[in-house]
Amino acid sequence: MNADFGRVMLVVLFALIPIAGIALGMRAPALRSKIPLLVAFFAGLIPIFSMYIPKRFLSGDGGMSPRLDEWLIIVAGFALLLGITNVISNSYRKISRKERNWPYAIVLLVGLFTMGGFGIYGAVSHQGTGFLPDGSPTPFRWVETTVFQPLQSTIFALLAFFMASAAFRAFRARNTEATILLIAGAIVMIGRVPLIEFLAAPFPALQPAAASAGQFMGKATEWIMDVPNGAAQSGILIGAALGAASMAIRVILGIERGYLGLGKGE
Amino acid sequence: MFGRSCDFGGEKPVDTTTGGSLVSASVRLTASSLVVLTLLLCAAPAGAVAPVTTPPPPPELPAPTAFVAVDRPGDGGNAILLTWTDPAPLPEGTVLEVRRSEPPADEFGELQTVKPGAQRYVDASAEDGKTYRYELRVRGVETPDSLGIAGAVGPALVSDPVSPHDNWFRTERTNSLLAVLLFITFILTSIAAARSGKPIFIRRIAGLNAVDEAIGRATELGKKVLYIPGIQSMDEIQTIASIAILGHVARATARYGTDLDVPNKDPLTFVSAREAVHSAYLAEGRPDLYREEMVHYVTYDQFAYTAAVSAQMTREKPAAIFLVGYFFAESLILAETGQSTGAIQIAGQADPTQLPFFVATCDYTLIGEELYAASAYLSREPVLLGSMRGQDIAKAVLLAVGIIGIIAVSLGATWFVDLVRTQ
Repeated sequence: MNADFGRVMLVVLFALIPIAGIALGMRAPALRSKIPLLVAFFAGLIPIFSMYIPKRFLSGDGGMSPRLDEWLIIVAGFALLLGITNVISNSYRKISRKERNWPYAIVLLVGLFTMGGFGIYGAVSHQGTGFLPDGSPTPFRWVETTVFQPLQSTIFALLAFFMASAAFRAFRARNTEATILLIAGAIVMIGRVPLIEFLAAPFPALQPAAASAGQFMGKATEWIMDVPNGAAQSGILIGAALGAASMAIRVILGIERGYLGLGKGE
Repeated sequence: MFGRSCDFGGEKPVDTTTGGSLVSASVRLTASSLVVLTLLLCAAPAGAVAPVTTPPPPPELPAPTAFVAVDRPGDGGNAILLTWTDPAPLPEGTVLEVRRSEPPADEFGELQTVKPGAQRYVDASAEDGKTYRYELRVRGVETPDSLGIAGAVGPALVSDPVSPHDNWFRTERTNSLLAVLLFITFILTSIAAARSGKPIFIRRIAGLNAVDEAIGRATELGKKVLYIPGIQSMDEIQTIASIAILGHVARATARYGTDLDVPNKDPLTFVSAREAVHSAYLAEGRPDLYREEMVHYVTYDQFAYTAAVSAQMTREKPAAIFLVGYFFAESLILAETGQSTGAIQIAGQADPTQLPFFVATCDYTLIGEELYAASAYLSREPVLLGSMRGQDIAKAVLLAVGIIGIIAVSLGATWFVDLVRTQ
């Protein structure tokens, strides 16, 4: 069995069976709800089998498992079209009904059509979306570097301020747990920066003691991060991994159907 | 299977008594006169005549043994595994030379030189469907051959013909397969027990108990519920868990007649979320309350999405915000913005990297496995609860294996590490 066999099986499992199911489901709605479960069953089993069966039709280059990942990209591409359609229709509705904050919808549509237009122009004129032969940017690239990327960086930079405000709230010693958090946080912060050495810099007599204290805080930081923090993270990861595996089994067996909007299992 | 010894493949053995060293000394003698001369030199008294020395014959290089070439077991094809036993003792400065031929051609071509001690080599350049023969011999890098040239070779072993092919099972993953089968058995037996009506105790999860409270608060205030399903696609198990929870939240908002808003970053998640919310409103008998714009698409860019949702929070001030799914750097920006609006916030994430941000900024956080348990906990369906019990049994087994492993490794039993190591 070679890669072609895998290709044929994929078409049968994920194209012919769903189409046949939809056709049959026109007359029997109960059957219609079974088809997504069947598709999920096969889609879940193929990557698991490919973990243990190295046959080329299943897990080799162009086999069922890697090809299934490629199909996901294709499906996502079509879903993106649905998303864009949704953005346009929602914005149009807001503008036409003059709903609350409707001017923002105009800004959104202008941005969407401008970037989309530059992208299509780049494709039609064979310029692409990068740089022209003389080194100057295409209109698409120019808007991206001068408008989009600075805005993106601005939003990311907000993280520093949000981190400070969140730390301020988290480190208030309201109860025992918060006090432990405060102490541990203070040790880690002092251990990560040469604060003690900096404070002792004007006093040469204190510098050896400050250096020793700095080393001690560094070791204490290392211990906090490796031992209590590492143990807690490992516990969370093991629990989450088992939870994810359990969820995956429920999805593959069709017990968990909430993600399909099918309601209760059984 | 074992290789057989053969000749030097075209390099004829050289008689050391008529070696090239004498030829290089430009003294052309016949074999008989050489014998006479040697005898005379041996009989002459020491120091009488400057002796004419004959270089020592090159050392005989040994041959490896037990040379076997087989298709590499448990792989996807295109590889041959060669194993052998190094000869002992192997002189200094020697390597093992692997050569390959494709029948019907008899000529071996250079493939690879292997340092002594490896005793195995994988030919990853082989192709499925072709037959190969391999030759293995010892080459002394500095050892002179009979002509006095460095690089003497020992007798060669030739393998039987072998063809690579893809296999049906990765034998090195047997332990992993057994663990998976055991885990599935735990889950299925627990589900069967739950189906039989056996009561199952599930510990209280504060974050999930607060779901109804948060939606009730939004209802009382007449404000909307904002549900953010993370920024990953439906191939991420956390997103699947999030959409399952969204179904329960949507049922509650349908029951209470509360407005629901689900902004999406990923197009596939958007389609699934819309289906889940629509079905929830139908299931609650309130299709009249469902509006298409409840579940809407925003953008595929991470920070553009963050900006849009943060702005929405600031403008519309929802009463309850759910941040459930897979988040990256935007987690704190979203949660802190939501916190500043005074909304009750429930977060859920299985990845420890973003959890501290949610714990610091949200009222309730579903940590790790609680996220996956949410669907079962909220629906109280026996089958789903049964799977959670199976998961807990697996956790207990894993804990026991961990303790045994700690003891075994502390006592120096490395076999335990080999037993549980996965490849």
